[in-house]
Parts: sequence; structure tokens; C-alpha cells
Amino acid sequence: MSTLTDPPKPAFRLSQLIYDTRYRSITIQVVALILILAALYWLVNNTLDNLARLGKDFNYGFLSNPAGYDINQRLIEYNNQMSHGRAALVGILNTLLVAFLGCVTATVLGVIAGVLRLSKNWVVNKLMAVYVEGFRNVPLLLWIILIFAIMTESMPQPREFRGEEATQSMLLGDNVAITNRGIWIPRLAFTNSISGNEAVAPVEDAVPVASGAADWLLILGVLAASLIAIRFVRRRADRIQEATGDRPKTWYIQLGLLIVPVGIVFVILGLTIVSPYLRGFNFAEGIHLRNSLIALWIALSLYTGAFIAEIVRAGILAVSKGQTEAAFALGLQPARTMNLVVLPQAMRVIIPPLISQFLNLTKNSSLAIAVGYMDVRATLGGITINQTGRELEGMLLLGAFYLTLSLIISGAMNFYNTRTQLKER
Amino acid sequence: MKRTVLFGALTIAGLAASAASAATLDDVKARGTLNCGVTTGLVGFAAPDANGVWTGFDVGVCRAVAAAIFGDPTAVEFVPTTGQTRFTALASGEIDLLARNTTWTFSRDTDLKFEFVGVNYYDGQGFMVPKALGVSSAKDLDGATVCIQTGTTTELNLADFFRTNNISYEPVPIETNAEAQQQYLAGACDVYTTDASGLASTRATFEAPDEHVLLPEIISKEPLGPLVRHGDSDWGDIARWTLNALISAEELGVTSANVEELSAAATDNPEVNRLLGTEGELGAMIGLEADWAKNAIMAGGNYGELFEKNIGENTPIGLARGLNAMWTEGGLIYSPPFR
Repeated sequence: MSTLTDPPKPAFRLSQLIYDTRYRSITIQVVALILILAALYWLVNNTLDNLARLGKDFNYGFLSNPAGYDINQRLIEYNNQMSHGRAALVGILNTLLVAFLGCVTATVLGVIAGVLRLSKNWVVNKLMAVYVEGFRNVPLLLWIILIFAIMTESMPQPREFRGEEATQSMLLGDNVAITNRGIWIPRLAFTNSISGNEAVAPVEDAVPVASGAADWLLILGVLAASLIAIRFVRRRADRIQEATGDRPKTWYIQLGLLIVPVGIVFVILGLTIVSPYLRGFNFAEGIHLRNSLIALWIALSLYTGAFIAEIVRAGILAVSKGQTEAAFALGLQPARTMNLVVLPQAMRVIIPPLISQFLNLTKNSSLAIAVGYMDVRATLGGITINQTGRELEGMLLLGAFYLTLSLIISGAMNFYNTRTQLKER
Repeated sequence: MKRTVLFGALTIAGLAASAASAATLDDVKARGTLNCGVTTGLVGFAAPDANGVWTGFDVGVCRAVAAAIFGDPTAVEFVPTTGQTRFTALASGEIDLLARNTTWTFSRDTDLKFEFVGVNYYDGQGFMVPKALGVSSAKDLDGATVCIQTGTTTELNLADFFRTNNISYEPVPIETNAEAQQQYLAGACDVYTTDASGLASTRATFEAPDEHVLLPEIISKEPLGPLVRHGDSDWGDIARWTLNALISAEELGVTSANVEELSAAATDNPEVNRLLGTEGELGAMIGLEADWAKNAIMAGGNYGELFEKNIGENTPIGLARGLNAMWTEGGLIYSPPFR
């Protein structure tokens, strides 16, 4: 009788975990995971340990306590009796404001400078090179401080605008005042405001005017409706062009759709321009662009714009010359070649690095600390932390805010990127 | 393998760092210097002189504590802090003692977990304006632009003052006194507000001090004093009693000029003897040498000497003793007995 047996299996040896390629990668991963978890545990434990030693607890209750301090630039209603959470929100909106303004102007500047740097005109070309290299290679902080110093040191004081023998006068028909405390520009207000805000007289004996969120929402809504209507008009033109080959002229319809409805709303609401005027120590009314905002905004735009210019230039150069030549061969005008052939392809190269520039700009806005711009770092991450002693909580919240904001920006840009990407099938 | 070594080293370094903060006095002795937080520069209170040596009224407290511990008033590492960074620096252990005209308040003492060891200057918040503005009272400041150091009690007092008087203002937040001075002189703000002593000190450094006035209103109580972290009472005692030693010295007539002579042998006055270590063992009770108070007094003189030398009426800052006179002369400066 013979029995058939399997060949004896080699027993599993511990050394296989290192020398056997089947197991080695798992070993490495497990070891790395344990080390990372240990490091994390140590970090958290150390923090809790030290907090306990200082006798501090970890809670966010301070956010609902009264803040007690004032903030000069407020996009929403705020006074010093409101909570730290509200103060943080005011700061967040200020951060968003400067980040948004900065991203828009940086993009405009960057695209113009990038295209002009490719110009065949020697002077224009070199001027743009000077701009790009100058701003790219000097730290942003210096630009912020320089612009701030120029504003505070060399602009006139508000009191120099006063009286009969005033040494300074307002620009653009008494509408804009440039002072060492910032720039006052006129604001739009409505005599028939629907927001229910209290109406104020711009100057003594003038018609009281108000402006509020409801008015602006109405205007934005009408504008959005106009844009949708314009889209329909364009679609119709496309269809006619595809059917007949002739594109009907639509620009006057589009222009009318854009201007007329909004214009009607303006007239109904009683649009008024309210100019700033001197009252007491400062100008009153209008919109006050503080030095801190101006310095931060301009410096961020110029600095990031220089980087965007290079990205745009690289994007345009990345489109092969054959594409342009082929477009010319088909009889396309240079402008249409740029719009229909070169730019759509260049965008695919431009957008990914552009995302990181927007993220950089947003995060760099925390350099507001240099000029006392009341962003979220200054309210939540500065005064609130200082008054409540909640460093850890405040900093974690601040980090979470910047993280969320950056993820939202890159998410939106990535969405746009996938839309414009080459559709490969 | 390299990674494990790295993590191991990090862990050990971290443990060492966290274990180190147990006894501040031992740390300071091991380090050989006292880390003392001061302002970034407020002439008279704490500012480097032409040779880069820190001098001033608050600096005097740092030097006295260092002298009490080491017998050497120069064994101090001065750490300049702003209104916003000072508390984090103290809480994290970067500095051992904060002597930076900091107001003693309830929440700082309890919620922020600090321990004020006494008051070395009784102050109040004031306003400074250019004379040309023609303002004579703080209540005329409706709509004014006000320069204010962020992260201070003055910021909160200011908000309260303008709210209760129902007038408006535009705050310009700034980080340091130097920045405030530059903004104020450039006219970017109409008013500069901080502790009255700070205003006097700042005005003294102006090219034309006469063109600026301090308004009569003092809108708050600002008891300024040195502070330490909660949780190490022994260390707090050393700082507290060094300050008290300087105050008692003035009361007992012990000055930097006669302290050597008075401490050479026991005198007729038992309290002087206990203070200077010729009688009793007060030094040993707080873990220092017997001559700790003598060294502290020799460092810069007693409380009155420090005051006169740095901010008194014969200095450009020209502050009168006022509330800060000895209790025997109608002021508030008072030390518990050395017994």
C-alpha cells in the first residue's frame, strides 16, 4: 500500500518577513504604520500632558463669549459686544475679500504681462521682463511694507483737505479722496431701498439714501437672468449658423439684454452716487479703502501676477507653432486664431499651475500681520487668542479654515480643469 | 532603520523637553541665565541703549531677579515680545519671567493661567494727540482714528470707553510701540492710546515733544507688574519676594550705595538684617543664597532708585511718583514684611 502525500511544505520562518519578496512589502508597510501611529500618539499625548500640566482644558466655549474689541473693516454687522465667533467671521470675510480681489487682479495683470512679454516690440517685451523679474525675486513682505509706507508717509492727511486754504483737493470732481489713512471712493446707494436699512443723508440737507444686501441681491438676480437670456440668444445663433452657415448679428441684442434690465432696476431703486466728504477728523460716507487693504491687495496682485505672467507665457509657448500656421492656412484672423486655437489649448497647460498660485495668494494674505489688516489671522488668530489664552484651539481652527478654503479653491479650479481638458476617447 | 532612529531621537528629545519644565529655578540655574520677556522697546521701561545693553524700569526687575539667583545682574537673556506674543512666550516656557508693563487682570491671572507676582507700576490708560488738533478732552474724539496696540487691555478699555460715551472711532491696530510712534507721527492716526506711562515715554523720544499733549482723561486702572506661569509657586515666590525686597529696601533706606556697608555686619534694625541675610535664613527658605536680596538691590538699586534713574522726574520721561510713591508717603507701593 502506498499513500500519496503532498511534498512537505516548507515551514514559515520569521526571516521570510524580510527576505521573501512576497512578505517584505507588507512588513515594511506595517512597520511604517506603527511608527506613524506612535508618532501621532506621542504628539497628541504630549499636547494633552502639557495642557494638563498648565491646568488648561480644551474647549471652544470661548467662541460664544463677547469679544470686547473693535474691528475697523467690517463687511457684516459687528460691534465689540458680539462674540469671538462673530469676530472670527468678520476676519474670515476680510481674508476672503482680499484673496478674491487679489486673485482677480493678479490674473488680469498676469495674463496681460504674459502675453505682452511675448510681444515682438522690444520695449514692451523688456518692460514686462523687468516687471516679472522684479516682483518675482523680491520677497512679498517687502512689497507690502513698501506700499504701506508710501501710503502712510507721503499721502496728505485728511485735515489738509479742510477749509478755504486747503492744500489738497479731492479728485475726479470731488469724488475720490486719497489720504494717508486710505482712499475714500463714492458708493452706490438707493433712495427707494428695499432693504429696510435706515436711510442716511450723504451730506446735510441732502436726500437720505440707504443701501443693503436686499438691493444688491435683486440686482445680481436680474444680472444672472440677463446672462442666461444672452446664453439662449447665442445658442440660437449657433443653431442658425450650423443650419445655414450664416451667423446672425446678435451683439446689439446681447448688449441690450445686459444693460436694459439692470438699468431699469437701478432707476426703480433710485440709484444715487454718494461721495465721501470731510466730517470731523476723517472723511465720512463713501467706501473707505484702508491703507492696510490697499497695500496688501496691490502687493499680492503684483507679486502673484508676475508668477502668473510666466505661467501664461509658458502655456502659450507650449502650443506648437504648427497649430497657428494651420489656423492661418484655413484663413483665420490672428485674433480668432488666438481665441479659438491657441488659448483653448494653452489653458490646459496654464490652469494646473494657476491653481497653486491662487492658493499661494490666499495663504500669503495672512502677511496682513505686517500692516494690521484685520483678517482672520488678526482677529481669531491674534486678538482672540491673546485675550482668551486659547492658543491651541485658535490655531487649530485657523489651520482648519485655511485648509478648507484652499481645498475649496483647488476643488473649483480642478472642476474647471476637467471641463477644459483634452477629451480623450 | 534610519527612520526608527530618527523617531527614537525625536521621542527622546520630546520627552526631555517636556520633563524639563518641572522646576523653573532648576532650569534657570542649569542654563546659567534668566530668560526675561520685555517689550520690543519702550524707552525708560525696557530698551537697548547705544551700546546694545538693555536698560529700563522693567529691565531692572529682570536684573534684580537674576542677581538674586546668580549674584550676577548680567545673567539675563532679554527676549523682546509684542503685546500679542508675550503670553504665548511665557506659557510655552520660552521665557521664565515676563516684565513687560503687563496689566494684572482677573482673566489673565485665572483663565490664562499666569501668576502676577506684584505691581511695580500703578498706571492708567491715557490719550495723546497733537496740539494742532485742538482737542482738550477724550470725549471730543468722535470719529477720530486711534492707533492702538493689539492684544492689550488698552484695546478693550478703548472699546468700552467709546461705547459707553456713545462716540465712534476708527481703530488702527499695530504691533509694537515703535510702529505706533511712526504711524502717529505720520498722521495716519489722530490719537495714540496706551498706558499713560508709555505715552510719556514715547513722547520723550519725539523730536518736538511740546507739540503733543496728553488728554486729562485716564480711562482705566492699569496695575502693571511682572508675572510667571501658574503651577510653579516656588518660582513665583522668588520673583515676588525679589520685587518686595526692592520695595522694602526703599522703605528701610537701603540703597545701592549703602547696601554693602549695611550687609557687612548686623545692624540695629532687625528687618534690615533679615532682608540682607545677616540674621535669620530667609534666603534658604526660597532656595537662594543668604545674600540674595543684597545682590538684587545692588543690581540697580532699590525701587525708588530704579524709578528715579529710569523714568523719574529728572529723566526725559519725567514721570512723578504719584500713585507709585511709598505707602508711607501717600502712594500705593507697599511690601509685606520680611519676617
